Amino acid sequence: MAPDTQAVPAGTTGPRWPLPRRLLGSWDAVLLIALAAVVIVAAASVEGVGSPRFYRFVALEAIPIALIALPMTLVVITGEIDLSVASTVGLTCSVLGQLWHLGVTSLPLLIGLSLLLGAVLGAVNGVFVTVFGLPSLAVTIGTLALYRGLAYVVLGDRAVADYPPAWTRNAVAPIPGTVVPWFVLVLAALAVAFGVLLYATPVGRSLYAMGNNAEAATFSGIAVLRTKFWLFVATGAMAALAGVFWTFRFASARADNATGLELAVVAAVLLGGVSIFGGRGGLVGVLAAVALLVVLRNALQLASVPANTLTIVTGTLLILSVVGPNLVRATRERWRRRRPTTTVEGTPS
Amino acid sequence: MLPVLALTGVDKSFGAVAALRDARLELFTGEAHALVGENGAGKSTLVKILAGVHGPDAGQVLLDGAPVVFGNPGDARAAGIAVIYQEPTLFPDLSVAENIFMGRQPRRGLGRIDAAAMRARTSDLFARLGVRIDPDRPARGLSIADQQLVEIAKALSFDARVLVMDEPTAALSGVEVERLFAVARALRDDGAAILFISHRFDEVFALCQRVTVMRDGRWIVTDEIGNLTVEGVVRTMVGRDVSALFPKLATTPAEVRLEVEGLTRRGFFQDVSFTVRGGEIVALAGLVGAGRSEVARAIFGVDRYDAGEVRVDGRRLRPGDPPTAIAAGVALVPEDRRQQGLVMELSIERNATLPRRWALSRFGLLFGGSERRSAAQWARRLQVKAARNTDAVSTLSGGNQQKVVLAKWLSTAPRVLVIDEPTRGIDVGTKAEVHRLLSQLAAEGVAVLMVSSELPEVLGMADRVLVMHEGRLVADIPRGEADEENVMLAATGQREAAA
Repeated sequence: MAPDTQAVPAGTTGPRWPLPRRLLGSWDAVLLIALAAVVIVAAASVEGVGSPRFYRFVALEAIPIALIALPMTLVVITGEIDLSVASTVGLTCSVLGQLWHLGVTSLPLLIGLSLLLGAVLGAVNGVFVTVFGLPSLAVTIGTLALYRGLAYVVLGDRAVADYPPAWTRNAVAPIPGTVVPWFVLVLAALAVAFGVLLYATPVGRSLYAMGNNAEAATFSGIAVLRTKFWLFVATGAMAALAGVFWTFRFASARADNATGLELAVVAAVLLGGVSIFGGRGGLVGVLAAVALLVVLRNALQLASVPANTLTIVTGTLLILSVVGPNLVRATRERWRRRRPTTTVEGTPS
Repeated sequence: MLPVLALTGVDKSFGAVAALRDARLELFTGEAHALVGENGAGKSTLVKILAGVHGPDAGQVLLDGAPVVFGNPGDARAAGIAVIYQEPTLFPDLSVAENIFMGRQPRRGLGRIDAAAMRARTSDLFARLGVRIDPDRPARGLSIADQQLVEIAKALSFDARVLVMDEPTAALSGVEVERLFAVARALRDDGAAILFISHRFDEVFALCQRVTVMRDGRWIVTDEIGNLTVEGVVRTMVGRDVSALFPKLATTPAEVRLEVEGLTRRGFFQDVSFTVRGGEIVALAGLVGAGRSEVARAIFGVDRYDAGEVRVDGRRLRPGDPPTAIAAGVALVPEDRRQQGLVMELSIERNATLPRRWALSRFGLLFGGSERRSAAQWARRLQVKAARNTDAVSTLSGGNQQKVVLAKWLSTAPRVLVIDEPTRGIDVGTKAEVHRLLSQLAAEGVAVLMVSSELPEVLGMADRVLVMHEGRLVADIPRGEADEENVMLAATGQREAAA
């Protein structure tokens, strides 16, 4: 180590990157800029994009993805993954529909039972991963098939659609005086809660620690398995909430509700800059990525781009999401190297 | 005579940190050459340049006097340079022979691997080395010493002319070190050049003809071993006099803090019982594999145990639950700081405050300020040398990393400190600081259980020496009676003293 770095007294926090540069150099910023660019370009070139109706629709599309992406971000940061979320949505929809069909008419009870079911389904994943020590990828591919299968057992090919019109209308109702669906407020509150949990609590600190090195986390007194178990439970419950929203938004409970939604969620989480290997990433990027994916998809749809092309775009973004953050990190590293002396001299003595 | 391998004026920087500045080295055939220096002196970086892992920013690598550029480790190996790292990197499920010939297996027709030839050549290599390892056995389960011998056999198999050994003895027992050295001497006499990196001076003086000392990334001096003394080398390394390496202060032991009773984990240790009083430093000595670290891990709760119990201040600890051990005042500084002690990618700040994240939070919230202040305070107290506390600990030298681990645990104000190999792989200056710190903690009433493989450290620091042999506690020797001989006798199972 160089003497001049050694001469620095220990304990100084030292200068960090000046704020603008730190922001500009981050993947979050890249996503926000890309989002703004897509919004502006699409609004200028595609008929219908930019209208209040368009954004209302985008918000409704984004809500279930974002709801699940919140806990999924935490799960992926710890180095795990949950691919069963869309099937959890489907099974929750089926059970909710069947309960209504069988005469359960209390809305709070229906919602409560749905969330409980989601938590139990998440706990099953959690038990396989933490108690039996199986890889979450394999476990949740299994439950992806299992939960979807159960959804068909519960409801078969039927659709339950005879809910009180007030429920289905209220689910997508706007905040008075705006076009923004009120459920966005629920999402926002949950996003803040997850954000606080991740960035400003001891639990959040431990998530990053165990994602980087589970063994060192254990040696630091972090209950790694217990924490992961509860994350799977939370993911299940959030998927169930998305299921409730899904059912009333489309006024239809079907066993195949939300099929394939897990790909949209995982794509958003990875595009949001969360490392698939764990230990890196955050919620700001993930929420920006959800918005980017949904806006882009809907704008392209309005521009009459064929569905095949849409799939290609999503796939390309997913690849970019893995390459992009690494590229940004490498670039920042190079910046830092190019100005070594400033960093050292800038350290207060 | 031309040196077989030389470095001239090599500079290498990582970001803001200049790891090497005008580093020099000359290796001749038929010599064993020691490279010594404090941690952070640039030894590892120099090795990585020789191995082709890094390229130098300036300066040259000369092979037989001609400049060469190693683009990758394969180039260096093709040039006849073999590096044996402290932690051998074998494929555990492949056989020893397959490990040695990985990627270069002898072939028969149709590209099939010739297993018989591979086995025969492996046997030849082992015969040359004078070791007995079955070529067909899997690498899993080999002792570290045997794994290193396999690595050396691998080096021989492609006729390495330069053998670099980066702290090969750190995890070895005395007998194993002797075996390794016998092999090294034989290779040297066959005309290989050996670069030997070690913090153990007795080994340097036993094996090497010349010594190169580095400090702060610079070449300081190269000299014949005959012109040097241990004290002189240490002074050159640290640039100052190092007095009293082991300053254990006399303390009056207080009440019993830690009680371990009948602790058993099948396959690792059986019926281990002992106590540690406040103010006492108790060493747990023994050969590698005797079960010492496993006992330490069980006390802290990282591992479960089959029988027995652990009590702190009279209260029984829940087995297999580190958080309750921490709450009871137990701290464990683990053996492997890179894998267990620290989360290398996280900052000094985050690492140093990880066990106290709940204590530092308010109403369950943690906004960074309290972590920053606490980390700054402890980094200052332990003199962690770092540019910024927000830097990842992976950017620090080994000694400074160990200080961060110590800060992390001392900040919890432990009542029982279990410390596993407190000074492994760290430099002399930091070593003395760590010892001073342990002594001071004991004086403040902490019960210290120290697992150590270094006898001078054990004898210098401990009030009592517990010795383990093959999973059993075989001796409990008070400070006054402990000497190298009776500890080694107990550790090797020659003496079944009353425990």
